[in-house]
Amino acid sequence: MSTAGVRGGGLVAARGLTKSFGDFVAVDGIDFEVTAGETFGFLGPNGAGKSSTMRMIAAVSHRTAGDLSVFGLDPDVDGPAIRARLGVVPQEDSLDLELSVAENLLVYGRYFNLPRDVIRRRTTELLDFVRLTDRADSPVEPLSGGMKRRLTIARSLVNDPTMLLLDEPTTGLDPQARHALWERLYRLKQDGVTLLLTTHYMDEAEQLCDRLVVMDGGRIVAEGSPRALIQRHVTREVLELRYSPDVDLTVAATDLNGTGDRVEVLPDRLLVYVDDADAAHARIVDLDVDVAGVLTRRATLEDVFLALTGRTLVD
Amino acid sequence: MAATHLAPPPWLRALRVLEVELRRYRRTWRASVFSAFVNPLLFLGAMGYGLGELVAEGQGTATLPDGVSYVAFIAPGLMVAAAMQTGAAEGAFPVMAGVKWQRTYHATIATPATVTDLVVGNTLWLSFRVAVTAGVYGLVVAALGAMSPLAAAASVGPALLVGWGMGLPMTAIAAHVDQPSTLSAFFRFGVLPLFLLSGTFFPVSELPAAAEVVAALTPVWHGVELARAAALGTAPPWPVLGHLAVPTLWGVTGFVAARRTLARRLAP
Repeated sequence: MSTAGVRGGGLVAARGLTKSFGDFVAVDGIDFEVTAGETFGFLGPNGAGKSSTMRMIAAVSHRTAGDLSVFGLDPDVDGPAIRARLGVVPQEDSLDLELSVAENLLVYGRYFNLPRDVIRRRTTELLDFVRLTDRADSPVEPLSGGMKRRLTIARSLVNDPTMLLLDEPTTGLDPQARHALWERLYRLKQDGVTLLLTTHYMDEAEQLCDRLVVMDGGRIVAEGSPRALIQRHVTREVLELRYSPDVDLTVAATDLNGTGDRVEVLPDRLLVYVDDADAAHARIVDLDVDVAGVLTRRATLEDVFLALTGRTLVD
Repeated sequence: MAATHLAPPPWLRALRVLEVELRRYRRTWRASVFSAFVNPLLFLGAMGYGLGELVAEGQGTATLPDGVSYVAFIAPGLMVAAAMQTGAAEGAFPVMAGVKWQRTYHATIATPATVTDLVVGNTLWLSFRVAVTAGVYGLVVAALGAMSPLAAAASVGPALLVGWGMGLPMTAIAAHVDQPSTLSAFFRFGVLPLFLLSGTFFPVSELPAAAEVVAALTPVWHGVELARAAALGTAPPWPVLGHLAVPTLWGVTGFVAARRTLARRLAP
């Protein structure tokens, strides 16, 4: 079996995986493994190398160096066999606007060599699953962004894939459409489909991922479950302090007299990392600091990313 | 459903690409076939019978072969030139749509199909479209008596060759360029001059020497001369093999370039 040097029980295994475009190194020697049934995420800002990684796993982009195995096969050698078992939801829509909703599933299924009656049966199920049954015969063009994305998900499932790759599945969607999509993905996850997704939304990663890697500048900077990452890299809670615009936040941070494990200075506010935000809030009130607004919240993956890179996920 | 997870063999994947194009064609085939009928009627009417009356007066230096009407002279050339235009058109904006606008090619190669399967399937589709154009043209010119049915049927061969010779390089260009206006320029400064100046309406010997060389180095003239030789029963200017070689070379080069360019665009 041509596993290109990678072994193990994972559906995907990468070691030293690298992708360069000319002098630019998009993915810089990353290691990870995805096991069957889990939802695995690549979290990171735009340009972190998430999509390049995804395209190598999808066997549409050749790696520059390192080892990669998908279903125990080498994507550079067995691309068609790998893609036959994959479902792919690309970042940009690639639906056929000249065909109807149902025809889009039909022609896609034909690429997998599925018989027409099998595709028709699955089309009925899948359009029901993504709630587009009443649009089966309408053209694709006038569908909303959320509907097109749902149709793309239905299309990606037509071959009953072992693993589904979703590249920024909810980017560009409004909050309602995002939640509708998450709910559908959650259903798939419960049905045991292995999901791989990239996202720069920490709430998406927290909602869906069993395990994730945090990527920055083509490298993996942390790996674990959302909860473990938060425990390992930040405190349980966060106190957000807002000041009036004329206050120098760096000075304001020193005025806190060591309140909290760590203080991050953002352009518009201070983040104070503490285990008990209410207690810290009381202490700051005692210090008589002149804050314009206070918010206490639990720590998120956004805080993890900030702690690891000193930058925010979404600019 | 493990059986559904087997990747089909390459030839079948290419056939699926063709099948998807045929499904899309179901929406547009009537308009497409209608214009394939109207086009020869207009051109043969205006050029063959209209202009042909003037040509028959014979004031110029060029002369038609003995006993050959102008309409009989241009009918084979027009047939090949029409096929060439269909080939170029199929290789141009639909390819740009697949790569850039609708991104359907990206969807295709996310399935078991490879870039090579995509190009082979598209070549089959292009062949189908060119064959329809040439076939309908042949029917019309044969019905009008401008060509014998046998010569019209035989001319589908050179028409296909020229369709590949123009359509496949155009596919490579359309996959490479970013702006539709660049593609339009190729039509204005490439396809249109070749349509007019490849011996379609008059012998290339009437052209300035440089233009005659261009005609000899490009695919259309060779197809025109082969079709005309079949129609008039005369010997073509070059050995038949030479006339076959030039468009074939363009087609093969275009296929290789299209495969490489699409691989770079779709699967970098």
